[in-house]
Amino acid sequence: MEYYAVFLPLIAFVFVGLFGKMIGDRASQLITCTCVIASAIFSVMLFNDVAMNADPRILTLAPWINVGDFVVNWSLRLDTLSVVMMCVITIVSSCVHVYSVGYMSHDTAKARFMAYLSLFTFAMLMLVTSDNLLQLFFGWEGVGVASYLLIGFWNHKPSANAASMKAFIVNRVGDFGLALGIMAMFMVFGTINFTEIFESVQAHTGDVINFLGLEIHAITAIAFLLFIGAMGKSAQLGLHTWLPDAMEGPTPVSALIHAATMVTAGVFLVARFSPVFEYAPDALMFVTIVGAATAFIAATIGMTQFDIKRVIAYSTMSQLGYMFFALGVSAYGAAMFHLMTHAFFKALLFLGAGSVIHAMSDEQDMRNMGGLWKKIPVTYTMMWIGGLALAGVPLFAGYYSKDMILEAAYADHSWFGDFAFWAGIAAAFMTAFYTWRLMIMTFHGKSRASKEVQSHIHESPAVMTIPLVVLAIGAIFTGAVFYNGFVGGGHDGHAQHAENTHYNATHEDDEHAGVGHDKNLMKVMELDREMFWNDTLFVLPENDTVEAAHHVPFWVKKLPIVMGALGIVLAYIFYLFLPVLPRFFKTAFKPIYIVFFGKWFFDELYNILFVKPAWLLGKGFWKIGDKTIIDGLGPDGISSSARRIGKLLGKVQSGFIYHYAFVMVISMIGLLSWIFIRSGGIL
Amino acid sequence: MGFPILSLLTFLPLVGVFFLAFIIRGDQEFVERNAKHTALFVSLFVFILSLMLLFEFDKSDAGFQFVESYEWISLWGMNFTLGVDGISLFFVVLAGFLTPICIIASWRSIKTRVKEYMVAFLILETFMMGTFLAMDAFLFYIFFEGVLLPMFFIIGIWGGVRRVYSSYKLFLYTLLGSVLMLLAVLTLYYQVGTSSIPDLIASPVAANLQMWLWLACFASFAVKMPMWPIHTWLPDAHVEAPTAGSVILAGVLLKMGGYGFLRFSIPMFPEATQYFMPLIFWLSIVAIIYTSLVALVQTDMKKLIAYSSVAHMGFVTLGMFTLTTQGLQGAVFQMISHGLISAALFLCVGVVYDRLHTRDMAQYGGIVKNMPRYATIFMILMLGSVGLPGTSGFVGEFLTLLGAFQADILVAIFATTGVVLGAAYMLLLYRNVVFGPVTNKEAAAMSDVNARELLILVPIALMVIALGIAPNYVLDRTGPALEKLQNHYEYHIGQDMGDTNNG
Repeated sequence: MEYYAVFLPLIAFVFVGLFGKMIGDRASQLITCTCVIASAIFSVMLFNDVAMNADPRILTLAPWINVGDFVVNWSLRLDTLSVVMMCVITIVSSCVHVYSVGYMSHDTAKARFMAYLSLFTFAMLMLVTSDNLLQLFFGWEGVGVASYLLIGFWNHKPSANAASMKAFIVNRVGDFGLALGIMAMFMVFGTINFTEIFESVQAHTGDVINFLGLEIHAITAIAFLLFIGAMGKSAQLGLHTWLPDAMEGPTPVSALIHAATMVTAGVFLVARFSPVFEYAPDALMFVTIVGAATAFIAATIGMTQFDIKRVIAYSTMSQLGYMFFALGVSAYGAAMFHLMTHAFFKALLFLGAGSVIHAMSDEQDMRNMGGLWKKIPVTYTMMWIGGLALAGVPLFAGYYSKDMILEAAYADHSWFGDFAFWAGIAAAFMTAFYTWRLMIMTFHGKSRASKEVQSHIHESPAVMTIPLVVLAIGAIFTGAVFYNGFVGGGHDGHAQHAENTHYNATHEDDEHAGVGHDKNLMKVMELDREMFWNDTLFVLPENDTVEAAHHVPFWVKKLPIVMGALGIVLAYIFYLFLPVLPRFFKTAFKPIYIVFFGKWFFDELYNILFVKPAWLLGKGFWKIGDKTIIDGLGPDGISSSARRIGKLLGKVQSGFIYHYAFVMVISMIGLLSWIFIRSGGIL
Repeated sequence: MGFPILSLLTFLPLVGVFFLAFIIRGDQEFVERNAKHTALFVSLFVFILSLMLLFEFDKSDAGFQFVESYEWISLWGMNFTLGVDGISLFFVVLAGFLTPICIIASWRSIKTRVKEYMVAFLILETFMMGTFLAMDAFLFYIFFEGVLLPMFFIIGIWGGVRRVYSSYKLFLYTLLGSVLMLLAVLTLYYQVGTSSIPDLIASPVAANLQMWLWLACFASFAVKMPMWPIHTWLPDAHVEAPTAGSVILAGVLLKMGGYGFLRFSIPMFPEATQYFMPLIFWLSIVAIIYTSLVALVQTDMKKLIAYSSVAHMGFVTLGMFTLTTQGLQGAVFQMISHGLISAALFLCVGVVYDRLHTRDMAQYGGIVKNMPRYATIFMILMLGSVGLPGTSGFVGEFLTLLGAFQADILVAIFATTGVVLGAAYMLLLYRNVVFGPVTNKEAAAMSDVNARELLILVPIALMVIALGIAPNYVLDRTGPALEKLQNHYEYHIGQDMGDTNNG
């Protein structure tokens, strides 16, 4: 079952990749969809075994790299953390696969597209089921390549190619940190296998790395390096510039890779390494600050963009910021909770946006939309659900997870926790505002599209709307259902273990009795946090902010809701009732608006700092270093002096190859005779 | 002594040469066709022999195997000794694998002096095999330098417009190194009284003499590698060489420098190796960063790949001279991996060059539409070159960096930047050639790879993936010999430490 869950998408990729043209589009779509849906079913079954019934397992497949002490195997680690990820990945991926059948119906390379999606799914599964850092890196880079291929899927478009390259290279900067982190891990721990690392963290808490005469706390350094990798993949401030550009890819790609799964790999990485991060308080502080800053800044940009996909992309970045500051305050469970709920509602929003774009004949600028709600009611409803979840409206999934994160940040009682809390509150307001700005600009008011486009507006086919409904169910219910399991209030430790065995016992009873899903659902809702995570997330007792979050003041719990409501109301006022207001604010706060609209000028800054200098250095090294200095002093210098001598001698300058061959043969003969003379002399 | 497999590996190509030179007669067309077939047949036979060697190789034995020894110049006590160990094994197989590929790659593109061309390649194969199999320092020297002759002619006769300049440059650099190396070998011979490589390794000379000998050998091997700043001959040689010339140059000849370091510099001069370690580290880092940046601004496809080779060889020297288990293993693996990937990348350039006769990236673009198979293979190789996990490129690169990290963290940090730059120039190459809008109608009208081209490209692409997923097949075999080398090095360094402590 484990193997099927992980390797079915690979099989689909290889088969369709090789024979896609032969078997045709329809068969390719059928194979990839079937494999991924099957993988999703197996993943849910694994979730039931591993997470619900506390039966984690590690399977070793084959050796990979064995060099001295460096021993790495291909293996599958199935514990609660990985099966949660597997379910999120495969369920969203299934929805996206099916949706793509409709969305890409006008494309000429359907088989290739489906194959890439399956490749991505496989790489992502390898990433989350890894039992060592190197296989994680394999998945990490694998998803990067799939992302590269899919962003640049329309490879005749220069903008798509530029975006895909940018994504790969900026991610490589993050990978630079991750790779160094793996090396440091090996140097300090002597292993890169998770189990061994986690078991020996406490023995290494006092270790130092000597670097440039400094003694650096080893675990902090490792945590920092791993986090740099996470920043790249999860588009955190500084390494985020690729994500908005990645919207060049087809919309299903944005939903799957750049919203629901790949970009959350960084969150997963930090959560996976909670046993290490817990002993690196400085690194955690850094994670909190970066996350909070990302959440805030991305939200400010999101309020000003006009491209519907870019708004959602900045929203994704902002929500990832939430997850990171949750990690930073040791609320790993809350981060994973938000990861899961976000996967559903953000994929829903993206696919909804895709449905809008599809209806609007590939128009993405919201200024050319408006008044769509009557024409595409299903999409409209789905977008509403996604929007409510994103804005954190009570009873929708995002409400539970986002509030938990904010409460945990508050409960951390540190200056950076407070910073994260207030940044998060501000971002919550902005989130609600830009979400309804998007809803109103897209669906309400008068249509601003051309007649031509308007005449083609149509609701998407069922193959596209059914996945939306599936995701909408997730966006509504995952919050309430999994609340207790992911972040529920703790009980007395002994009681938990007693319950643990109790649950196991009842589960067996269930199986015997053949009780169906209703009972299971009840069980999920009554899950206990510690039993559910089953030690896959490690928190030092004094850092347990998830527990503390249950005891924060009343106003802290209610403030996010108020801010969300305020954001929604304000959006209505701005964009529906008093449309002069946006223009007024634009001119009144022009400098701020320019910064927001200009995305805080990261791209321009990087261009000046890195891209241009690299180019100039390359040119300089080539023309001046290689040609002028090295060749000038070396061969060309010698050759020109040789030529001068040659001219003196008169006729040597023949320019024929034979001439040089002749010189060489003469030299060889000279050398050889020299050997013979020398050796003869000695003898 | 059993079946003389090593002698056969080395001299069978010469039998082919003899056949070509003296037996084949007739009109030109007949001669050319037969020359091709003979060369292909002989090189395939050698390849099969090299595979037999691989299968028969005892991976638990760290020493030389299949040793053959004949009296050579008895007056001086030199023997003609051949042997193979874990360090040389895969280079032999690589040379055996790439030679027939080169011949197939030249099947249509070489139109003048076909017979001489085939002769040159077969002689080259003999010299390559001899270099990796020789167990005598003089024998090694002859083969090692002999490689230059056929290569010189391959570039000089069948090369491009500036072939004279390029072959001259190649010759000049290599000659400089070879003179110094010869001096080193002679000095060793007079000092130790033998030219047998195992004996020379067993009895290192005094430390101060080691310094000079190390530098002399370094001059020769660093040129072959090539290391910065004596790398400028390589881009020119590649640009002017015919496709197969580039393939063999990047695939095998560059590895002879690294092999020389492992066979001579490190075991024979351990103290000097330790002394010069920082020099190698920093030269490697400069090679990685400098040449990567230069590769970034190239418009000539071959030049770009040539510069990338210098950067990749930087990882090799870096890993090797960390003298850590991972670094050494990574260096050898990286050489093998690069031998496959760069060879195949040059073949890929050859495929489009044969069709459009230009290496300028700007002339291409948007060819993915007409050449999907080509685009796929090129993509796999490009990702291999970038060092994507799951390809052989990753294993070599990562292990060398892992070794470097243990030796010197700062060095490792600098070297790891190559991972970012490497992605930049390779993706740029791929985008400019394969993706993008169609700018040149002739480029867009090119036909996809044919059966002959698939025959040579697909096996390499599959090898790149196979070695990325199961590198242990190689690592298990290179491991014992490299461990022995490492222990030998540490023993001598440790002894010195002991000496200084006592004194």
